[in-house]
Amino acid sequence: MKIQIRNGRVIDPANGIDRIADLFIARGVIAGIDRAPQGFETSGTLDASGCIVCPGLVDLSARLREPGYEYRATLESEMAAAVAGGITSLACPPDTDPPLDEPGLVEMLRHRARLPAFGHVYPIGALTLKLAGERLTEMAELAEAGCVAFGQANTAIIDTQVLQRAMQYASTFGFPVWLQAQDPFLARAGVAHDGEVAARLGLAGIPVAAETIALATILQLARETGCQVHLTRISSAAGLEMIAAARRSGINATCDVAIHHLHLCDHDIAYFNPHARLDPPLRGAADRDALRRGLADGTINAVCSDHTPVDDDAKQVPFDQAEPGATGLELLLPLTLKWAAEMELPLIQALARITSDPARILGIEAGSLSVGAAADVCILDPEASFRVSRETLKSQGKNTPFLGMELPGRVRSTLIDGHLAYDGSWN
Amino acid sequence: MRNPQLNSRGELQHLLTTEGLPRATLMAILDAAAPFTEVAEREVKKLPLLRGKSVFNLFFENSTRTRTTFEIAAKRLSADVINLNINTSSAAKGESLLDTVDNLAAMQADMFVVRHASSGAAHLIAEHLANTGKDHIRVINAGDGRHAHPTQGLLDMYTIRHYKRDFTGLTVAIVGDVLHSRVARSQIHALTTLGVPEVRVVAPKTLLPSCVERLGVRVCHDIREGLRGADVVMMLRLQNERMQGALLPSTQEYFKSYGLTPERLALAKPDAIVMHPGPMNRGVEIDSAVADGPHAVILPQVTFGIAVRMAVMSMLGGA
Repeated sequence: MKIQIRNGRVIDPANGIDRIADLFIARGVIAGIDRAPQGFETSGTLDASGCIVCPGLVDLSARLREPGYEYRATLESEMAAAVAGGITSLACPPDTDPPLDEPGLVEMLRHRARLPAFGHVYPIGALTLKLAGERLTEMAELAEAGCVAFGQANTAIIDTQVLQRAMQYASTFGFPVWLQAQDPFLARAGVAHDGEVAARLGLAGIPVAAETIALATILQLARETGCQVHLTRISSAAGLEMIAAARRSGINATCDVAIHHLHLCDHDIAYFNPHARLDPPLRGAADRDALRRGLADGTINAVCSDHTPVDDDAKQVPFDQAEPGATGLELLLPLTLKWAAEMELPLIQALARITSDPARILGIEAGSLSVGAAADVCILDPEASFRVSRETLKSQGKNTPFLGMELPGRVRSTLIDGHLAYDGSWN
Repeated sequence: MRNPQLNSRGELQHLLTTEGLPRATLMAILDAAAPFTEVAEREVKKLPLLRGKSVFNLFFENSTRTRTTFEIAAKRLSADVINLNINTSSAAKGESLLDTVDNLAAMQADMFVVRHASSGAAHLIAEHLANTGKDHIRVINAGDGRHAHPTQGLLDMYTIRHYKRDFTGLTVAIVGDVLHSRVARSQIHALTTLGVPEVRVVAPKTLLPSCVERLGVRVCHDIREGLRGADVVMMLRLQNERMQGALLPSTQEYFKSYGLTPERLALAKPDAIVMHPGPMNRGVEIDSAVADGPHAVILPQVTFGIAVRMAVMSMLGGA
């Protein structure tokens, strides 16, 4: 298959390209830009006039709900949602049931995901057995099975000594450790940011200190162990400042933010909207603004969907009983574009945060349109918009605080290894 | 976003919280309650305002007192009252909250009086009724988690108006466990809306929500400062569970620091009134000498409570 993508605005942050150009794909890889390579005979042409042609998106956190939660979502439903959202590579956290703590489970997941129409799945292995924070997993074995990093999803390791040893052990082999910074005691029973909204609604609060205290521990241990740490889903301005300071002092730490936290704050809980029940909680407006700036200036390395499909039954309950999380695969691109437009950022800079930057954190060859790279490509119309609704969402999870909102950017086509995995041009 | 308890014409559809209710609506409820106090004095304590209507007391959390006052109020309005005590633990095992609501709605309920341990439960039910085309069923929040207990807040306002006539010159002190108190939240919103210039909350830091000052109150950690010059002292119940979770060392120390004694009450205005939503913990938050003393209006609160609940029910459910 040789495909020519014609007349699109090619934006490839990894190579600093932003211009109208043709892109040539042959045998699943990028064969050329501007000019066809010698002997290129097109077997198919995609007209990308008026569209942006960029690397397929890389999402640092997408729960596919397999194994264990197939009633919430399946690999089929969520991978369809991913390509519809322009995502071609994604990392999935280990909080499946059972958790991804055995090589067999990881192999099974990778095997199930190995379909041409599916994006590339990069499992994050469990750092401790059953995520219980007591015993280490067989990280070397898990890495061989395909894990690219190790983490705890949203579960904290309570025993600091276990955390230290997990980081020591992982760094021995050069495995990155991904951690959510949230002190489990300060977050205990909490369901919302500990601020005015929680006070008004009578919701148990999670203070910012839950994030900063956990961060202090993790960053100190990162310094001592030399472990490469990725901090997932930062929620507060104070937390962000700590990471920036740690990095200035030479600590090897990266971090990401979820799309929801870029656009929403605790006021969006309104009258107990269960879709705004998220982990970490939506914080104050000043925190949100700091996260928006931090992502723009690169203090935050990437933005992710934090895709968490939750069934209706688990959301149609009082706020404190609602399961946290929101669907996000199909909203990563539009919400990133919305953020970029509101911040008046060049598209190339914004798209870096969902392509080349997260690929670097994952340590994978993805997120670029370099000649010879896998032809994972997203073609999107930045001028088209769509309304988020239960009907338009392909994910089995219909739970999102953005339901009913009009968002910019529609994916026209998604290519994976040169195959047309999604064609939304007629929708 | 529209306040979910008002309809598009701004009329009261449900009573979920005192927050966001216009002053005129609060005053209308208080005005409507006044004639109902007389009904209780009559030989035949019944009015036909809700005749033929079915009021479901839907209690997911135990409460004899509140349920009884709602039951009396509904019966005095000639409604049929159905009491359902739904143990939360059995609810957790089986039917979901909204399934229960759907079933009762199918029994032609006209009004739900809801008590639930989760903040926002009454909002959830009201929203669900709207989504399922059953918004002719009215919801009265009889206490949801730490969030709101609007009829309690309103009966407290009625009591204050009864004794003080005017809200706009008052200093009101709310003393106790504000953090866990739905009563305090409903009082604060009602007081600030009705124009009380100074509302104080008095408690140790462990029993105050962070940012409580943004609700428009002055924070006092010293009870003497909190009571000085107060016209109204509203005590909150301290629950024994608060000794767990490291919120307080002991009830004795709490009483020593925050208990309302005659000596402390002497700092308030000479004609100050003392209120309590009940049930009281004598010797924990309040000294018996105060509870039974001349400043206490705790039993009149209970009487007014029935009139206020009759007013709310008749406003929501009257044809």
